Amino acid sequence: MDYIKKIFNSSSLLVPLVSILLGLLTGAIVMWFGGYDPIAAYSSLVSRLFSSPYNMGEAVRSITPLIFTGIAVAFAFRTGLFNIGVEGQFMMGMTGATLVGVLLDLPWFIHAPLAVVTGAVFGGLWAAIAGYLKAARGVNEVISAIMLNWIALFLSNFIVVKFLVMEGQQKSHPIKESAMLKIDWLVQALNSARMHWGTLVAIVCIVLFYIILWRTKIGYEMRAVGLNPEAAHYAGMNVKSTMVKSMFISGVFAGLGGVFEMLGVFGYQTVMAATWGYGFDGIAVALLGGNTPIGVFLGAILFGGLNYGSAGMSFGADVPPEVVRIVIGSIIFFVASHGIVKWILKPFLRKRANNRKEAA
Amino acid sequence: MEFLNILGQLINITLVFSTALIFTALGGLFSERSGVVNIGLEGLMVSGAFAAAVATDYAIQAGMTESAPWIGLMAAAIYGLIFSLLHAVSTITFRADQTVVGVVINIFSLGMAIYLTRSLYHGSSQTTTLQHVFTKVNIPYLSDIPLIGNALFRAYPTTYIAIAIAVISYFVLFRTPFGLRLRAVGEHPSSADTVGISVTKYRYIGVMLSGLLSGLGGATITLTTTSNFAHNTISGQGFIAIAAVIFGKWNPMGVVGAAMFFGFSQALRNFAQLFEFSKQIPTEFFYMLPYVLTLLVLVTGVGRGSAPSALGQPYDPARR
Amino acid sequence: MDRSKPVVQLKGITKRFGNFVANDAINLELKKGEIHALLGENGAGKSTLMNILFGLYQPEEGEIWINGEKTVIEGASKAIELGIGMVHQHFKLVQPFTVAENIVLGNEPTKGMKIDYKFANNKVREISERYRLKVDPQVRIKDITVGMQQRVEILKTLYRGAEIVIFDEPTAVLTVQEIEELIEIIRSLAAEGKSIIIITHKLKEVMALADTVTVIRRGRVIRTLGIEETNENQLAELMVGRDVTFKVDKHKQEPGDVVLAVDNLQMKGDQDKHAVNGLSFNVRAGEVLGIAGVDGNGQSELIYGITGMRHVSAGSIKLNGHDMTNRTPREVSVSGVGHIPEDRHKHGLVLDFSVSENMILGSYFDKEFGRAGFIDYKAMDELAKKLVDEFDVRSSGIDVAARSLSGGNQQKAIIAREMHKDPDLLIAVQPTRGLDIGAIEYVHKRIVEARNAGKAILLVSFELDELYALSDRIVVMYEGRLMGEVDVENRDDQQLGLLMSGNQAGEKG
Repeated sequence: MDYIKKIFNSSSLLVPLVSILLGLLTGAIVMWFGGYDPIAAYSSLVSRLFSSPYNMGEAVRSITPLIFTGIAVAFAFRTGLFNIGVEGQFMMGMTGATLVGVLLDLPWFIHAPLAVVTGAVFGGLWAAIAGYLKAARGVNEVISAIMLNWIALFLSNFIVVKFLVMEGQQKSHPIKESAMLKIDWLVQALNSARMHWGTLVAIVCIVLFYIILWRTKIGYEMRAVGLNPEAAHYAGMNVKSTMVKSMFISGVFAGLGGVFEMLGVFGYQTVMAATWGYGFDGIAVALLGGNTPIGVFLGAILFGGLNYGSAGMSFGADVPPEVVRIVIGSIIFFVASHGIVKWILKPFLRKRANNRKEAA
Repeated sequence: MEFLNILGQLINITLVFSTALIFTALGGLFSERSGVVNIGLEGLMVSGAFAAAVATDYAIQAGMTESAPWIGLMAAAIYGLIFSLLHAVSTITFRADQTVVGVVINIFSLGMAIYLTRSLYHGSSQTTTLQHVFTKVNIPYLSDIPLIGNALFRAYPTTYIAIAIAVISYFVLFRTPFGLRLRAVGEHPSSADTVGISVTKYRYIGVMLSGLLSGLGGATITLTTTSNFAHNTISGQGFIAIAAVIFGKWNPMGVVGAAMFFGFSQALRNFAQLFEFSKQIPTEFFYMLPYVLTLLVLVTGVGRGSAPSALGQPYDPARR
Repeated sequence: MDRSKPVVQLKGITKRFGNFVANDAINLELKKGEIHALLGENGAGKSTLMNILFGLYQPEEGEIWINGEKTVIEGASKAIELGIGMVHQHFKLVQPFTVAENIVLGNEPTKGMKIDYKFANNKVREISERYRLKVDPQVRIKDITVGMQQRVEILKTLYRGAEIVIFDEPTAVLTVQEIEELIEIIRSLAAEGKSIIIITHKLKEVMALADTVTVIRRGRVIRTLGIEETNENQLAELMVGRDVTFKVDKHKQEPGDVVLAVDNLQMKGDQDKHAVNGLSFNVRAGEVLGIAGVDGNGQSELIYGITGMRHVSAGSIKLNGHDMTNRTPREVSVSGVGHIPEDRHKHGLVLDFSVSENMILGSYFDKEFGRAGFIDYKAMDELAKKLVDEFDVRSSGIDVAARSLSGGNQQKAIIAREMHKDPDLLIAVQPTRGLDIGAIEYVHKRIVEARNAGKAILLVSFELDELYALSDRIVVMYEGRLMGEVDVENRDDQQLGLLMSGNQAGEKG
């Protein structure tokens, strides 16, 4: 109960909320300068989300990977690490799942879990590389992770081309049904919206995020290392191995995001020109959510909704959908520069304090 | 002879790819020497590439074909500088986390650039291909020297500008009062503060220089290689530039060398198709090469001890 | 020289940081050519006041008069213009730069666009000769001694024409000999007509140097006296506010078996030199061994080596006969070692953890606090409540972040945690740094209690009074070696000072 109270403590909620408002405002200003109608744009966005069961289902589908990547980034942040490599770990997760899904032929109760676990472990190991480089060699984890992102992209492409590709095409053979994790009856019910078990797993991961960090001893170690690695060392904790472990767990979350895109949505993997972007959006989600479980959940809903609804903006108000990237970018700019937000709010906060004083 | 010709070509192409890295890395150098980490170089390059594409296009349409690329270059520098102010205000005045803000700038710049591209080009996510970009300049006499002539003296004007800026940077950083003060601010800001030097001012300048130079770096790619701007025009070069700063130990000449090393790895991609043995290696591995090399360089730890001591720490006068 | 003209007058200076009043209506006068000591404990407000004079802070109330004119000092540049210079406690020097570069920074002589290094080097040489502060302008700061670095700090002020020089705790990092040299330098500066303010908490230096002394306590001026009217005891009393006794209840007792045996220990330091260079000593049960020495002579490394936090390159460490060399910090701790670290913020606590989370920092892995990998918060809270009670740690609850506790209470929390381990060996490094008198007394009491109960205590401190009050034996460390043992009963600061600065002659048989 106290924990719930802590999250909804007014001051810690103020910055994210105001940042969202400021971000939406920035988007509106940009649109207005471009000669577009911000109100029409935003309302087309919202209406797209709720306009049909199909759209609502797809919105959920679009939010799911952000939950995974948001948790991945938030988890790493809590342990003092900036996991920018989520893009690459997501990709390796996809590749791992696709490999198992295409090449192997097993009964469903083995095949699907194996594909999930393989993808998750691929993601975890990929992240552990960056973690190890940081712990053992002091390599800046941001640059190394970005490099690993690109390497993951080309490695995945190579694997698809070499082992999985269909003749004359740029995509792999389809993943066998025994590995797929769609929720068929729900897909039917929502007019073919691509619903899958990954959404449920994502919610479980949110709970896991909380449990691991705040209820286990290993989480205690990770938080200590994240907050003060010197004190952690003094206290006898193995700082280096803790860093690697936490990157591994973070990578598992990221990898799961990729896994379910394959096993729940697409069913095949193509040769790609670039990574998908869920990783960077995961950073946005984690930042907005204050690296808390509930915050990540709500942030994923917001950004996932904005992303999915943005197509509605171009249909409904002829606005380039990228304006949503500007909105999201602005929101996290304000969250990251919370000093600016507090500075803007200073006159309002002082009035509140004065009113309180007078009332007292 | 065949081999020497190819070597000359290789060096030539290395210079082409290195130029953008040199500009951007020099920008990163100034920012980091003043103590501010700038992960947003990628986004600043994107902004520069975009601005150059649009400005050049409009200049050509306005009839100024000869000077169009130069106008594009200037536009890129200005646009990059403006974007860098976001980073500066946030991290210097409001003391936000420099790494996080840098990542945010990257996301924001790309979004802005694509949005504006779509607005200006009727929904297309690429700018129109420019008909008039930079062409290689042959330096008289020098370019006729066998091998070296082709390698070094037939380059885009941007390459010569980049090298010139590198030399000027070295001089400014290590021989002028401005450079001394900038370095002091990055090593031990309270020393500078207590002799009356404004830490804030020098850090702003450092970050703004990184915006200006990275903008030029992005413009170089548009105006010499791709002739347009799309979402994948800049693909990691900003981050490679950061690695070049580290590898070059925060020294302008070292940075140039490091940038050329990475540029070389990008140039190899073009040469993969030419040789029998390299045709066997899957193209994906050539694409990976610059990134793998960067990673290996980072792992060796070269340059790790040479960072400015106050790098990444916001300066809080109250905690002197 | 006209000693009666005031060059600096601070009238009614008040400075607040939020609700905290750092300076409360302070009046101070400095005359030309005078050496004026500003005496007070840690946190009394001395540095704040001088930072105001140097333009780094602005006062909420009060006036500043320089040379008979009222002024506002907006920043360091203005202060420098007015002829005020400050020699900081933590030197403001850029390590990779040369001496000359550091001195001219901000006022660089130029030839066209370039810095005129020849002129700069010559000017520095000239000033250093004039004031007899020998330095080599072309050597880099990171390659010179602390004493020389301080001279560079002083030259910085003189280069800018300072007539009023403020020294902030100038002797904190100097050896006894370097302190004597500094006293000479300050005297000659005053003789030349410079007006000097020295911030310090060291009574001996005040008596040796100052013409006038102003005592500050809790932000207020207590008294201003001429040096001839006072003595150390009176000053101590004024500084602290009551009769100060450093005596603790320590009966002589026979020490027991050897608990800690350090034999020929060697540890590498930062620059390829040996930080610890062949050190051997024992600590027995029921005794306090104090290690004296100027900061930076290997004490920190020694402690890190004993506690497993840093690698030992040669020699051995034995605890109760078992070899502990190069074991992990956890193994050392579990074998019966408690460690009160010298930096409570860096090592001792995770400031953003709650008080109770900090209490299990060294023991969370135990079954007592949870099984199967989970944490038993109830057990943790129970322990925390018990320790907070027993050791009088004042906070608004065990759930608040450790950051919100005062320094003294943070230290008490650390001591509580370490003593709870019931260690055979308790290591305390600078245990009362930055604490007020009440907290200091408490910490001393606990240490002596532990000693009386038969624990072996290894005490590292830079405060001689503390060492003499608590230790049964005192050894001196210099450049990683033991210079010898001194007699605790008959305190001889001269002898101690010589040993601390590496002079074997101080060693008595």
